[in-house]
Amino acid sequence: MRQKVRQQLPEERIKNFQEVSLGFSDEQAIAEAKRCLQCKQPKCVQGCPVGIDIPGFINLILQGKRRDALLKIREKNNLPAICGRVCPQEYQCESECVLSKKNIPINIGALERYAADYELLYPSVSISSSYKLQSESKQKIVVVGSGPAGLTAAADLAKMGYYVLLFESLHIAGGVLSYGIPEFRLPKTIVRREVDYVRSVGVELCTDVLIGRTLTIDDLFTQGAQAIFLAVGAGLPQFLGIPGENLKGVFSANEFLTRVNLMKAYRFPEYATPINLGDKVVVIGGGNVAFDCARVAIRLGKDTQLVYRRTENEMPARKEEIENARAESLKFRLLTQPISILGDKNGSVCGLECIKMQLGQPDDSGRRRPVPIKDSNFVLDIDTVIVAIGQRPNPLISKVTPQLKTNPNGTIWVDDNLMTSLPGVFAGGDIITGADTVISAMGAGKKAATQIDKFIKTKRESL
Amino acid sequence: MFRVISKVKLATQITKLEIEAPLIARKAQAGQFVVLVSDEKGERIPLTLADWDGSKGTITLIFQEVGFTTSKLSAKEAGDWIEHILGPLGHPTEIRNIGRIICIGGGVGIAEVYPITRAFRKAANEVIGIIGARSRELLILEKEMRQVCNELYISTDDGSYGRRGFVTEVLKEILNTDKTLVKLVYAVGPVIMMRAVSEVTRPLEIKTLVSLNPIMVDATGMCGACRCTVGGEVKFACVDGPDFDAHQVNFQELEKRINQFKTQEQIIRDIP
Ligand SMILES: Cc1cc2nc3c(=O)[nH]c(=O)nc-3n(C[C@H](O)[C@H](O)[C@H](O)COP(=O)(O)OP(=O)(O)OC[C@H]3O[C@@H](n4cnc5c(N)ncnc54)[C@H](O)[C@@H]3O)c2cc1C
Ligand code: FES
Repeated sequence: MRQKVRQQLPEERIKNFQEVSLGFSDEQAIAEAKRCLQCKQPKCVQGCPVGIDIPGFINLILQGKRRDALLKIREKNNLPAICGRVCPQEYQCESECVLSKKNIPINIGALERYAADYELLYPSVSISSSYKLQSESKQKIVVVGSGPAGLTAAADLAKMGYYVLLFESLHIAGGVLSYGIPEFRLPKTIVRREVDYVRSVGVELCTDVLIGRTLTIDDLFTQGAQAIFLAVGAGLPQFLGIPGENLKGVFSANEFLTRVNLMKAYRFPEYATPINLGDKVVVIGGGNVAFDCARVAIRLGKDTQLVYRRTENEMPARKEEIENARAESLKFRLLTQPISILGDKNGSVCGLECIKMQLGQPDDSGRRRPVPIKDSNFVLDIDTVIVAIGQRPNPLISKVTPQLKTNPNGTIWVDDNLMTSLPGVFAGGDIITGADTVISAMGAGKKAATQIDKFIKTKRESL
Repeated sequence: MFRVISKVKLATQITKLEIEAPLIARKAQAGQFVVLVSDEKGERIPLTLADWDGSKGTITLIFQEVGFTTSKLSAKEAGDWIEHILGPLGHPTEIRNIGRIICIGGGVGIAEVYPITRAFRKAANEVIGIIGARSRELLILEKEMRQVCNELYISTDDGSYGRRGFVTEVLKEILNTDKTLVKLVYAVGPVIMMRAVSEVTRPLEIKTLVSLNPIMVDATGMCGACRCTVGGEVKFACVDGPDFDAHQVNFQELEKRINQFKTQEQIIRDIP
């Protein structure tokens, strides 16, 4: 039997911001590890964007060697405590697991988390300090953006012996891991620990530096960078473009989550950043970001509903999160399209006009396209709107660096080796794919580190 | 962390801090701003760069105690630290030689219009300054403005210094005499002031720029808290601005959005 991860009960957890999932107990971890068939040619590893030796670490857990299991994961993954919590394993390693044919794959995510949390339980036995710079090379590499792509590339490059400077524009490192994903799914102490690990392998982190403004790409080269990796993410919020979107009480998902997660508005006034919600919140969207917003609003004590224009089957969000949200009493309004946000005389939101939809023919994405039902307009009685319909690539660097080629959708153009149109400048993560996943950003970070190393070695040889 | 080098009280509730921030000082241009977090549990607030010295590596910020963070900042002394400062942010003001320019600053907005006035003058423009405050004690940077303006006019609401009334009264008078020569009006200050200036110049079709000051969070274009409507389009003031064509700005919306967190601001200020 696949072991189920223990969770905080819904009626308890909606009153706090503590982690929903409580992870495996020792007994559960061993029991789950026992189920692993230790395939000779493991399919799961192919499903992992960073190629973790999954049967290897599971075997170590089975032997009770939790610390060694963590070291095994760290060979390929610099941020295991994070991945064990937020990776969509059901589409990756677990979907490849041979046992998934019977619909009961190994719970790889929970085992990864179990191994990684060893460090949280026994912080004194720090693993990170065992890494030392492997060479005396003082070649300087600059990494821009401290999300999963940047952190991964920086750590890998430092381990290869480079001097790595990691620049972040926000005052706290972590990218979406810090400002986007809420505390109850990914505690910030864990993000901080993983960032500390990256620093412990020799990466120099500088927050409060906006590349493009504080320093330009030219400045970085002038100051001795041999190569640059741009991992600036997809942080540009999209709006619906319907009337009333600038009323008071309308927030982008990014603003809402940044206030609450990064700035800790849920602890206002101990923390100075406020958030100002009414009593009846509506979140627009059907992806992971929308569900994160809804579950934050519920924890802030708000009557919360989610408006999505298709049905639950088409929702891009993870099934687990949809179920978690339902258990936390989120109300779903499906096949509903907002057409106008209504405001009162003070300029505050006082309702959301919607139209009912039905599913028509499949569109480009293969999902059935929603079409409006004539004369089915109605008004939702709400006073706060959170728009969570997607993020686009951050445009700032490409705007101030015209030589940097971009694609029509705003992503930065790269070749097969992740090099941009500017020689020596590489890019990866959400900035080249659009909003994607933590693990694929990490995969890009790993690939970029390898390519940058190659680039520098070739350059050196040609001299 | 950023060290405070010196502190001067310019007027009741208006403070000037000189802060060590070499990277920002080296890049700063007129019209740009920074975002700062005063202490560990602080919020991110935008402040315009009132001055900078690239060789010394310092920046100057001038602010009025209007909220929680500005009150905390005004308690900082030389040698104290500010947790975080990010900048310079926003597009610099476009400085060219265009002829006669009127630069208007209201209240603490004088600190913001000062570097722009200086830059326009340096580009060999003829610069007329108009600065205003509620009363004489609240008027700042008169000497500095006088040095960089060809002519300087002053108004106070209560008539305690200079002309009695608003800056717009002075503006109207100047424009009544020779409006054709004025190529640009640049205004920074409270929203009602910028809006009033815009209404004066609109019928005369004089190009007018304002520096908008909406609520911001990240100030790098990632949250949209700073969105304004300009010419019917949504703009993010932190990255698309902060300067915009005044005649295109929806000031009414801006005024409402700025008050979005009034209740919360009161709550945190009332904590002893
Ligand atoms: C709310 C939310 C929930 C999510 N949940 C999940 C999940 O459960 N599982 C999952 O796999 N994925 C999830 N994702 C997606 C995932 O977080 C992203 O795909 C991933 O973080 C992308 O990593 P990145 O390193 O490319 O960029 P980011 O994480 O976006 O990091 C980019 C960093 O660069 C900084 N930066 C930007 N411009 C500059 C500049 N000019 N100079 C300096 N620094 C700059 C930014 O401040 C930011 O810190 C979620 C996303 C969101 C928004
Ligand atoms: S302040 Fe966040 S986008 Fe401008």
